[in-house]
This record gives sequence, C-alpha cells and structure tokens, in this order.
Amino acid sequence: MKVLVPVKRVLDFNVKVRVKSDQSGVDLANVKMSMNPFDEISVEEAVRMQEAGTATETIAVSIGPEKCAETIRTSLAMGIDRGIHVKTDAEVEPLAVAKILKAIVEEEKPELVLLGKQAIDDDSNQTGQMLAALLGWPQATFANSITKDGDSLTVGREVDGGIQTIKVSLPAVVTVDLRLNEPRYASLPNIMKAKRKPIDAKTPDDYGVDISPRLTTLKVAEPAGRTAGVKVADAAELVSKLKEEGVI
Amino acid sequence: MTFSPPINSIQYLLRHAIDFRALQACPTHSDLSDELVLDILVGGAAFASDVLAPINRGGDENGATLKGGVVTTAPGFKEAYKAYTDAGWQGLSAPQSIGGHVSGGQELGGQELGGQELGGMGLPMVISVAVNEMLYGANMAFGLAPMLTGSAMNAIIAHASDELKKLYLPKMVTGEWSGGMNLTEPQAGSDLGALRTKATPNGDGSYALSGQKIFITWGDHDCTDNIVHLVLARLPDAPAGSRGISLFLAPKFLVDADGNPGERNGITAIGLEHKLGIHASPTCVMEFAGAKAWLVGPENRGLVCMFTMMNEARLFVGVQGVGIGERAFQTALAYAGERVQGRVAGAEPGAPISGHGDVRRMLMDMKSGIMGARAINLACAYALDMSEAAPDEEARTADRARQALLTPIAKAYGSDMGVAVTSTGVQIHGGMGFIEETGAAQHYRDARIAPIYEGTNGIQALDLAGRKVRRDGGAAMAALIGDLDVILADTKDISGNNGLDLGCNIRHLEAGLVAMKSATGMVIAMDEIDSHAAAVPYLDLCGHVISGALLIKSVVSGLKAKDPHAPAMQKLVWHHSLKYLAQAPAYLAQIKCAAAPVFAYPEDRLADL
Ligand SMILES: Cc1cc2nc3c(=O)[nH]c(=O)nc-3n(C[C@H](O)[C@H](O)[C@H](O)COP(=O)(O)OP(=O)(O)OC[C@H]3O[C@@H](n4cnc5c(N)ncnc54)[C@H](O)[C@@H]3O)c2cc1C
Repeated sequence: MKVLVPVKRVLDFNVKVRVKSDQSGVDLANVKMSMNPFDEISVEEAVRMQEAGTATETIAVSIGPEKCAETIRTSLAMGIDRGIHVKTDAEVEPLAVAKILKAIVEEEKPELVLLGKQAIDDDSNQTGQMLAALLGWPQATFANSITKDGDSLTVGREVDGGIQTIKVSLPAVVTVDLRLNEPRYASLPNIMKAKRKPIDAKTPDDYGVDISPRLTTLKVAEPAGRTAGVKVADAAELVSKLKEEGVI
Repeated sequence: MTFSPPINSIQYLLRHAIDFRALQACPTHSDLSDELVLDILVGGAAFASDVLAPINRGGDENGATLKGGVVTTAPGFKEAYKAYTDAGWQGLSAPQSIGGHVSGGQELGGQELGGQELGGMGLPMVISVAVNEMLYGANMAFGLAPMLTGSAMNAIIAHASDELKKLYLPKMVTGEWSGGMNLTEPQAGSDLGALRTKATPNGDGSYALSGQKIFITWGDHDCTDNIVHLVLARLPDAPAGSRGISLFLAPKFLVDADGNPGERNGITAIGLEHKLGIHASPTCVMEFAGAKAWLVGPENRGLVCMFTMMNEARLFVGVQGVGIGERAFQTALAYAGERVQGRVAGAEPGAPISGHGDVRRMLMDMKSGIMGARAINLACAYALDMSEAAPDEEARTADRARQALLTPIAKAYGSDMGVAVTSTGVQIHGGMGFIEETGAAQHYRDARIAPIYEGTNGIQALDLAGRKVRRDGGAAMAALIGDLDVILADTKDISGNNGLDLGCNIRHLEAGLVAMKSATGMVIAMDEIDSHAAAVPYLDLCGHVISGALLIKSVVSGLKAKDPHAPAMQKLVWHHSLKYLAQAPAYLAQIKCAAAPVFAYPEDRLADL
C-alpha cells in the first residue's frame, strides 16, 4: 500500500502568538515554525505501517513557501521515503489544498492519504474531508487506531463519549487524532540519510489548480483579556449576580 | 520551565562569526550543506527541549543514589539515556570507520582494522559544540555522561591497541557503553604527578590496578551494560612524578572475545559525593581492587596520552558555561516579563520589571556575555576542524596552533561567564531567585563546577600564559591578533556606509587590541613567577577582546549579507562592546604589576588584619 502524508508548516505550539498591529493576521516574522503536531502523528503512523510491511512506499507533501522544505525534511528524517513540495507564497485555504492533493493523488495513485485531523494554526479541520469528497473516496476522521485487513481499514474514531469503530474500503482518506501514537524523534543517522532522499519541487500551476482565496479575513484580534472581578457579600448576592449575568 | 535551544543564535554565529563556508568547502565536509546543519540543529534541539529539559529539575531534587555498591540515577535518566542512544547522538563527531576521519586531531590508524564500520557520523566539532550546548542547557548533569564517553573514546582512538579499539569502540560510539575518566586522587588533583594508584603486570599482557580515585563523574550508574574506565596509574619501579604515570583501560565488566560483557571486574563505587550542583551526575569514589586492565599507549606516557584528548573536553566545559547561561537567561527573561514591581518609567501601570533600566541592563549583560563566549567556543572548534580538514599542510599547522591557543580561553572564559550570567539570573528574580522553586538557583549551582573541573581556570590561565604564549615567543598569539586587526580594519571600512554607525565598537576594539598587544608583550617578557600572577587577568583580557572582535565581525558580515537577524545583533554587540570589550584595558594595570602586589602583603597577616 502506497501512503501519501500531507504535512503543514505551522507556528510552533510553544510560541506565544502575537497579532500584527494592523490586525491583518498573526506575526510570523522570526518566530519558530514546526510541523503541525497532528501531522507528526500521521507521519509516525505511515512510518510504522512501512516498518510493519503494510505500507510499501510513503510520500510526504507540503504546500507553501520555500521553508516548507524543512518540514518535508523532518518527515524524511522520521522515515518517510520521499517528498513533494508544492511551492507557493500565497495563503492557501483548505479547499485549494484539497484540490492540489487530489491532483497529486491522481498522479501518484496512493491507496491511503493520511492527514492530521486539523492544523493548529487555523484549526479548520476541513482538508481531509474535502479531499475525500473531491476524490469520491471513503473517509475515516479522528483516527485513534488504524488496522489493515485485506482491502479495507478498520479505524477506531475518537467521538464524544468513546471510540466508534468503522470499516472503510481502500483507497481511503484517514485523518488522525492526538492519541493514535507517540511520534518518534528523528535520529541523527536518519537526519543524515534524509539528505539523500528526493524532494520534487512543484507549483500549483503544475497541477492546474486555482488557489485564489474564497474567504476574506476582515480582522484578527487577540482574545479579550480577563476583566477585574467583583466581591460579593453573601451567597444570595452571588446568586442574583449570576442571574443578572445570565449564567443561571 | 521550558527551554528553547538557541538555534537562531548558533546559526547566526556559524554564518558570520566564523568562516563556516571555508569548512564546508573542505573535501571531508563537502556534504555538510546549510540544510543539513539546520536539520541537525533542529533535531538536537527537539531532543534537548522535549526529553532532557523536563527531567532537569527532578534530577536536581532527587540526585543519583548509592546503595550496596550500586549507583541508581535520578528518575527518568535511564529512559532518557536510552532515548539518547536510540537517537544516535553519541556518534555525532565519532569516526565513520576505524581508520576513517575523526575529529579531535587523530586518525584511528591500525592497518588490520582499516575500513571497519564504526557507525560514527564524522561531523565536525563546530556542529558537536552547537548540539552539545543545547544538551547542556537542557540538562548539564545528563550531558556529562556523553561527554565522558566521548573523551574516553578519543583516548582509545588515539592511543589504544587495535585489539582494544575493536573490542570497545563500537559499543561506545552508539553509547551502549559509557566511558569514565579516572585521574583524580585525594592527594592528586591539579598535580596528577602525585597520584599513587598501582598497576602490577599479571604476566599475560594485562595488569591489576589497585588504589582509589575520587570525584569520578558518571563513574558508576545504571544506564548502560558496561562502563569503560580509563585510569591513570603507576607501574612498579616507575619514575616518581608525572613521568611515571601510565594510562590503562579497565571495564566494569570484563569482555569476552566477541565483545560480550561477562564477569564483574574489581571496580566499585564506594562513595557518592554530596555536591553544590549537578546532583544528577553521579560523582563517585572508585575503588580499584586488583581490577584487570590493559595498557593504553606507551609505559610512563600516560599524562601525555591523556593531554592529547583533553583539549576537546576542556572546550566542552566552556560550552557548558554557555549552555547553562543560556538556560538561565531564558528563565530570567520569562520572569522579568511577568513580575510587576514598581512603576516602570514611561509605561502604563502594571508593566513588568523587564522595563526597568537596571533589569534590562542585567538581561543585556547576560545575553551579550553568553553570545561572546559562544563565539569563542565556535572559533575554537572551527580551528580544531580546520586543523584536520584544511587542504594544505601550512594552514593545518596554523589552525592547530590556533586551537591550542583558544582552548584554555574557551574553557575558562566560557565557564566563568556561565557563573557570572547564572548569578545575574538569580539577581533578576530578586528574592525568588534565592528560592529553589524558580529554577534560577539550580542553574547557578550547576554552573559553579565548570571553572573547577577539567583543570581549574587558574590552571587554564597558566597553560595560556606559559605553554601557549611564552613557549613560542607569542607567535600563535601574534597570528590571532593579526586576524583581529583585520576585523577592526573591515569594521572601519563598513562603518559610516549606509548610515551604519559602528563607531563605539570600533573605539573599544581599537583600545582592546592595543591592550592585548601590550599585555602579550609583558607576559612574554616577565619572569615566570610574575607570569603566574598575571595569567588570569591576561586570560580575561584576551577573552573580552576576542569575543568582542568576533561579535563585531559577525555584525559586519551579517549587515553585508542582509541577514534578518543582523540589526538586532548589532544592538546586542553595542552592549557587549561597552560591558565586556571596554573592560580589557583595565586589566593592564594588574598584569603589569603581576606578582609584586599579590605577594607584597605579608602572608602571616592574611588571617588577622
Ligand atoms: C563534580 C566534580 C566532577 C569531577 N569529575 C572528575 C572526573 O570525572 N575524573 C577525574 O579524574 N577528576 C574529576 N574531578 C576532579 C577535578 O578535575 C579536580 O577537582 C580539579 O582538577 C582540581 O583539583 P583539586 O580538587 O585537587 O584542587 P587543587 O588542585 O587542590 O586546587 C586548589 C586550588 O589551588 C589552585 N592550584 C593548584 N595547583 C596550582 C598551581 N600549580 N598553580 C596555581 N594554582 C594552583 C587551583 O586552581 C585551585 O584554585 C571532578 C571534580 C568535581 C568536583
């Protein structure tokens, strides 16, 4: 089974996000960027599938500026076989990403596309679902466990109140959740080996995809800060205050 | 407290403070692309911040423990060590094959072994310094284990028989077995010539060691299946003093011909020291009771053998000062950004103390001091790398002399800076700095060992003034000063162009270089007793000028290359020039008077006035 793993370069989860003073977006200048943590999990899963012999080839794809190559190299150092970098400096929305991925799927013919359930920068949680729809493939989202039996996958999904187990036939799109696995640290020998693994450089035009945005960002603002509290004299006053505020 | 390894700073200095491009152009390092360097730094940083930093505090609180001759490391250390070896970091600068390239100035040699795979990565020392700085910053007590293994490996590579190399190196390169360096005895610290541990021939080519060693770092622990000890001891009838010491290899478990550890050797940890800091690093009293050992290098040449690999360890101790200093800086910066106290001039009420002029000064003292010492460490590592990789012999010889010259400065200046900076880190926290909860106190306590071990900083200064400057009549120092003069000239050229004002840096570099030249002249001309008293101020002066010059060079290079970090670095280096570089001329007075004032005061009145 050939597995395609899209990886996104996002603001590192440790970075304290600052909104630009003109409220047009968040400040990305000189801040640490890393692989989306959910994508680390899908990379890890793909590498494990390969180690277990279920995956025959693993390919990482990243769409975005020059520096996304670093994110692809991280996945190669974790064990992915090769990379495809679709270069663009424009902001790409989930639909554009899904369309590009669809074109890559048609070219590469993987049996499984393994994505993170969402990216921690915009929290869209859309790309995998859109891709499945565009391809007309079954999808299993929020995977907590994945096992392959014959031509199908059994996927445990994290849903409210527990795990839902479903079976999807291949080819399929699966998006992974946080508890699927614990991603490994790239070892030094694998970092060194990764430099010999190929990364194909492409552009959205190569796939004939129009990536112009469908959404307009009106403004980005910091969450409101905490306001000062008030002291209440007794329980009765507390109850009436809570009613006033519409809390109870 | 989280730790973000300073990848940007390291990368900036690699690009602009040293001539990293020249190293990349050397045939042995032709595949060391910028991308690969970045990937290695990012990989090392992830390991340091995610695996090592979280167990640093618990390591301090719990420490290593000794029960019934068995040392147990602090919670989480065994697992972290396993993760370290799994990730292959121990092999970073180890040779790829026996007979292959090795950093540290040696070839493995040994015809029969030629080409045997060892699995080291053969990366240059600059990369090793960069990665290890991050490890030390995350967890200095942990970082000592790999450092000791590295030192032991270097000694084996340089001096051991092919048989010993074949038996021990492969498992050390991976970190499966660790190494220990057993030099110190109660009566033999700075003066190893006084040591007494005995080696008696067994008649089968092996020896029996008996005696006691103290202060042995990671001398025993539960993280590996075996520990390979290098031990200094005396053969029967050996001459007294330092010319009668030989070097031996003695494993904790004896190894069969296939390299499997079996019977326990007569080596036991019989005590564990209670220390000011690095609690998680077991500092052991080691008893050798007829321990089976093998000679490494020629008889009675043990100290010489030891010194050929000591340079790297000394450099790493300077790197520890910088690593722990960086950690302390990050801790202090976070605290200063949250603590509210007093009205910050020109700010809204409620602004944190980082806005106070004096707190900001302390943060700048820390950050610029660390950056300067880091530049010296990288320059020293670079000289070591070029002394092996440079294409022509003349350049290699010059770089060898440069590396020898910079090593004591890197060790002492870096480790002293670590203490100064971690102390300032405590100060920024106010009373909370003295309370263990913040972690600032641990950094200070941990940093304090670095000026002491691997040769005290006093001994480093004697090495600089004596062996490195006086012995060659100042030739290597003159070559270094010549390079710093070029930096000054280049800075003058660019200053004033495009509105760049580097005038303040230029003034202090000019004055610093004048002071360094005259101090060097004095140190060469004075008698030996005087040079001993002048050595430490001389080393400090050199440290300030060299770090100042390298940082200024990095600003000029960064601005020329339009590096996005260059403008901020320019501001940082402005502070460095004022705080550190400007101090250099002040050391002249003490250097000039040398021994007279320190001995003028009557010794019998030291205690009672
Ligand atoms: C935590 C820790 C870990 C250590 N790890 C190891 C290890 O793994 N292996 C090992 O073998 N050793 C180790 N050591 C020992 C360490 O290297 C020595 O403590 C150090 O070299 C100093 O020796 P000393 O303690 O005997 O001090 P001394 O030599 O007694 O020095 C006392 C003072 O006198 C000064 N002094 C001494 N001689 C001279 C001189 N000729 N000229 C001018 N000044 C002089 C020193 O600078 C110092 O200020 C460790 C020590 C500690 C504390």
